[in-house]
Amino acid sequence: MSKRVKLIIFLLPLIIFLAIGLFFWRGLSMNPRLLPSALLNKPVPAFQLPSLLHPQQKLSDKLFQGHVSLVNVWATWCAVCADEYPILVGIAYQNVVPIYGLDYKDNRAHALAWIKKYGNPFKAIGFDKTGSVAINWGVYGTPETFVIDKHGVIRYKQVGPITNKIWQNKLLPLVEKLKRES
Amino acid sequence: MNKLTLSFMIMVFFTVTCFATVPNMYQFPTKEQHQRFEKLTFELRCVVCQNQNLAESEAPIAGDLRHEISNMIKQGQTNKQIIQYLVHRYGDFILYNPPVVQKTWLLWFGPFVLLLFGFVLLLARIIYQRKHLTNKNLDVKQQQRAQHLLEDN
Repeated sequence: MSKRVKLIIFLLPLIIFLAIGLFFWRGLSMNPRLLPSALLNKPVPAFQLPSLLHPQQKLSDKLFQGHVSLVNVWATWCAVCADEYPILVGIAYQNVVPIYGLDYKDNRAHALAWIKKYGNPFKAIGFDKTGSVAINWGVYGTPETFVIDKHGVIRYKQVGPITNKIWQNKLLPLVEKLKRES
Repeated sequence: MNKLTLSFMIMVFFTVTCFATVPNMYQFPTKEQHQRFEKLTFELRCVVCQNQNLAESEAPIAGDLRHEISNMIKQGQTNKQIIQYLVHRYGDFILYNPPVVQKTWLLWFGPFVLLLFGFVLLLARIIYQRKHLTNKNLDVKQQQRAQHLLEDN
């Protein structure tokens, strides 16, 4: 066995250790709670919900056809959603993409009072009283935001509140990219 | 009895009753269905409280999913269909055992492969050492010297 080969074999465990260590190091900064959406690149699940503001109106998955959309899952009982809400209002004001709200297991009166007090960034709000529609979307915590392309396909799921940083660095570029797609 | 004793007894009474076990909220028409429900909820992960299964977790979504599973069992869906339903929405992570597919081969077989690799290395080393065995026996002069050193403490 040549000296060179011996050297390589000698160093092999160290190299493997460093490689595995690199993966672990990277893993330290990852949050296991942020599961990627199982529905990535799949069409939006079919649904039908009454509108929060106009209960006679029925909203369905057809809402998303023909344009890029954001769907924000929120509730008045969700403290973090309160933090996120002004950001949503700001995004709506920019008028780049419509935001649809999915009011998750909420009290209608509370939600209406909330909208009245804090404003309405949503183009339409679906009232999911039992949460069964949200389950179809794979929602497990609020707030969550889905980015949907022109063909009604889920392209990204943001778990946790949208911050200005996330909007500027992640979501806005994605929305612009999806708008450019055919 | 005096007031203190009475209030103490009332206190104890309520403490004992509050220790009631969590009622089984899901009734099933057959025992088999109930068992299936227990098995499924014990073997599926709560995606919020990720170290708990769906049976134990008190997270709202776990409650919703338990409800959903119980409905599906009553509707006559198979375990496979129920698991597929959940995996479709929440991904493989909801299963405690990741599926054995191409992308998880490294996860499932990796440790055994590494073990095998270690054994191969060990074997190679043993064979190498055997091939290069030197004569460890001492000649006469060295033996005398060794004797001398050992006796001379």
